[in-house]
Amino acid sequence: MTDTARTQASKARAMKRLRKRRAADGRFRYYGLSAILTALGALAVLIFTIGSQALSAATYHVVNYDITLDPAVIAPEGAGRPEDISRNVEGFYGLVRDNLIATFPEAAKDRASRREVADFVTRLAVLPTAQMVAEQPELVGTRITLTAPLNDDLDLYLKGQGVRERKLGVGAIAAIKGEVEGGYRVTGAGAFDAVVAALAVAAADLPADAAEPGVLLTAGPSTGRLTEISAGSGHLELLTGNIKDFARLQSKARLIVALESERTISDQQIAWTLALKDMGRIERVPRKTLLTNSDSTYPELAGGLAAIVGSLLTMLVTALVAMPIGIFAAVYLEEFAPKNRVTEFIEVNINNLAAVPSIVFGLLGAALYINFLGMPRSAPLVGGLVLALMTFPVVIIASRAALKAVPPSVRSGALAVGASQMQTVFHHVVPLAAPGILTGAILGMARALGESAPLLLIGMVAFVGDVPRSPTDESTVMPVLIFSWSNNAERAWEPLTSAMIIVLLAFLLLMNGLVVFLRRKYERRW
Amino acid sequence: MDWLLIALIAVFGSSAFFLGRMRAERLLMSTAGRMHSRPNYHGYYVAMWATVPVLAIALSYAVFGEMLTRGQLARELPSSFSRLSPAELQSYLDSVRLAAGSAASAGADRVFEAITNRYLELRGLVNAGTLVILGLVAAFGIVWGQSRLKSDFRARALVENGMELVLFLCAGVAIATTAGIVLSLLYESLQFFQKVSAWDFLTGTRWNAQTEAEFGALPLFFGTFMIALIAMLVAAPIGLFSAIFLSEYASQTARAWIKPILEILAGIPTVVYGFFALLVVAPGIRSAAIWINETAIQLGLASEPILAAQPTSALAAGLVMGIMIIPFVSSLSDDVINAVPQTLRDAAFALGATKSETVQQVVVPAALPGIIAALLLAVSRAIGETMIVVMAAGKSARISMDPTSDLTTITVQIVSLMTGETGFDDPKTLSAFALGLVLFTVTLAFNVVALRVVKKYREKYD
Repeated sequence: MTDTARTQASKARAMKRLRKRRAADGRFRYYGLSAILTALGALAVLIFTIGSQALSAATYHVVNYDITLDPAVIAPEGAGRPEDISRNVEGFYGLVRDNLIATFPEAAKDRASRREVADFVTRLAVLPTAQMVAEQPELVGTRITLTAPLNDDLDLYLKGQGVRERKLGVGAIAAIKGEVEGGYRVTGAGAFDAVVAALAVAAADLPADAAEPGVLLTAGPSTGRLTEISAGSGHLELLTGNIKDFARLQSKARLIVALESERTISDQQIAWTLALKDMGRIERVPRKTLLTNSDSTYPELAGGLAAIVGSLLTMLVTALVAMPIGIFAAVYLEEFAPKNRVTEFIEVNINNLAAVPSIVFGLLGAALYINFLGMPRSAPLVGGLVLALMTFPVVIIASRAALKAVPPSVRSGALAVGASQMQTVFHHVVPLAAPGILTGAILGMARALGESAPLLLIGMVAFVGDVPRSPTDESTVMPVLIFSWSNNAERAWEPLTSAMIIVLLAFLLLMNGLVVFLRRKYERRW
Repeated sequence: MDWLLIALIAVFGSSAFFLGRMRAERLLMSTAGRMHSRPNYHGYYVAMWATVPVLAIALSYAVFGEMLTRGQLARELPSSFSRLSPAELQSYLDSVRLAAGSAASAGADRVFEAITNRYLELRGLVNAGTLVILGLVAAFGIVWGQSRLKSDFRARALVENGMELVLFLCAGVAIATTAGIVLSLLYESLQFFQKVSAWDFLTGTRWNAQTEAEFGALPLFFGTFMIALIAMLVAAPIGLFSAIFLSEYASQTARAWIKPILEILAGIPTVVYGFFALLVVAPGIRSAAIWINETAIQLGLASEPILAAQPTSALAAGLVMGIMIIPFVSSLSDDVINAVPQTLRDAAFALGATKSETVQQVVVPAALPGIIAALLLAVSRAIGETMIVVMAAGKSARISMDPTSDLTTITVQIVSLMTGETGFDDPKTLSAFALGLVLFTVTLAFNVVALRVVKKYREKYD
């Protein structure tokens, strides 16, 4: 009787304890799962932020200018040779600016306006056209369409990233009257209801002493600045276009919260941009220049070609040095090395080198190659040699694993028919291990391709405007270009940097894809 | 000249090979097939004699050619140049070399032009001399190699011995690299410690290398330690739990998917992490810190801001670095956890332990040395990581426990000291090498301990 009671009581206690232990078990499993999800989530956030930024930089806005290549400007007396034309940036730029001023007569009114309209296009953006005309001199005197990228800040504005603004519908405008102090009085019953409401919301969010947000009113190609707004009327200061458009066409209001003095672009520039867009002269096109241009101080012209070529040259040097040395060293250690102190010391060194911080290799490169051997700074040759020292331990470790996987029966077979040890290794073992060796080498190269810290120390961070032609030319590489661009202050560099990161990741993905392909195709189990 | 040398060596090598093989083939005919080695090996043997000495000469030319020219030129300079210090003389000769290379030296003063011309003359002399010596040595090598070919000549054995030597030398590059690192760091550091005492460097608390030549590196060590600590606080639990989950709980398919995806984190270049930290994490941490400050003041917990809330912060760099190190910790721990024999687990299950009890009380203790080694390697990587901290940690050398303030690290300072104008006699540049020496020593210690632990541990269960 007492026995069963005690058993039952202890059974209940045991069940309780078991439940507790099972709950602890479940919790533990949940910790593991959440750790994995955290890591994967971090990866997803990283790829998403950079990917979405890069996507916005994958296209950009260009403006078309119909200009007549006036011989007096393009090829004046005594400067008509092709090389003079290709250098005549000022002439082409003048034509573009005059074209803009012809489109917007109000831009000619004072120096400030002329400067604002000149900001639309960077001087150097006309260079490709100048080079094209230099190659085809028969174009001089004809009418051509010159396409040049829009200023980076206006480009961001059109993408909705530069200036925060709200678009609001506006009711029909019934009457427009000129006013004494300039500008117009626009009236229409309830036309600006939405604007007044939005202004009230914006004012509540802003600190009390902040200035009122600016409001632009747009109708077709015409834009004006709207002030003194009430539900039924407002004062309109025409920035560009024809005042009659507001009566004729459906108007739209844009509420811009940032003050004009705190923005990189003025109301006037926004008005002209909207007008050009309305005329169909602004197009959004893929940014091919990211891969065909070299670095520039203007984000709308900058591209990564020089860095891509620099990376390829650097990788070439790295591969030529690191792969043979790494593979030969692996063959020695795996097939020939006697078991003694020297071999052991070499192995310790290799394992340590694989874990030495990359920046230490940069210090070695600066001291040895540049200071002691007097090699040129900023050159892919030196960069490649530094990266080779960093990569070859990785190649050795991977190659040894591949050599180890070749079964001893292959060696015994070759030795049995009278091959020397060298013949056994190079005629039989190495060819069989080749896919494994190659994948290890490619992985090592992929690591080197993404490396930037040691290259900063040997001067590969300099601004390079020309595509390098040989391994001793001044050059930079993709990761370092990403680093330099991310240091630039202008807002437009951010998406551009992300786009360059995607280009770099694409190269890495390509190399890793190659590894997967090689493994799938050649991997064999013994 | 460099390309010419490479081409010449290729020409010497291939012609020697064919000459040797032709001679061996003639021998083969005259002896009716009774030869120790195949003709190809005879060819290789002669080619070895033709190229190896030539290669040595070409290398020494590449290293010492410029030095030789400069030495002679410096001896011939007018006596007025003796006032220049060695460094000034070097930079003067650098400009001479540059002018000689560009051929557009017109407009410079006449002394400079004369020196440039003399430099070109001497350079030409050295080049011509090298070429003559090269040709003679190669010809002698071919003749000597040819003369040794006989029917019973053991060409194959000798060629294979030579080849083995080449393989050994390639393996020796590892030693040479380590020696190069140690020597270059030590050499430049010793020069630095002649100007600044090592004690002041290691214990000083003021670091102003760029402007005021104050070299107290303690704030850098502190910043490095702080950021590595934050990174490990992120990476160690997440990495460990991921490894445990993957090896003990996940199904085969989940493992096959998740493991490579985690490895992607390890394959992303560090500059990308740096950009991510700068773009997303640092501003996020800054606004969070500002919010905490404001809330604390509103609630009356503090009278002034408690957090520094700077645009770049130790926390941002540390967090992102932690994410970067996760796959490192998880894959190394995964390996050691998998190496724990299944019998240990089975025994625990047989005693009625739940899975988590088995993991906590049997598997992890058994794998502990390996896990510690993995964590040590991860710390060493965190200390040596450069791009993330350069982009997101800031540059002010201070000792502050506030993780939202910007701290600087050893690697950040090395980069900022070595970029831009660098002269190797400047204490600024030399201090970078002293920092590098500290970095190398510390990471080496971590690596050696970790590798030893791993090795010992592996032997235990094999």
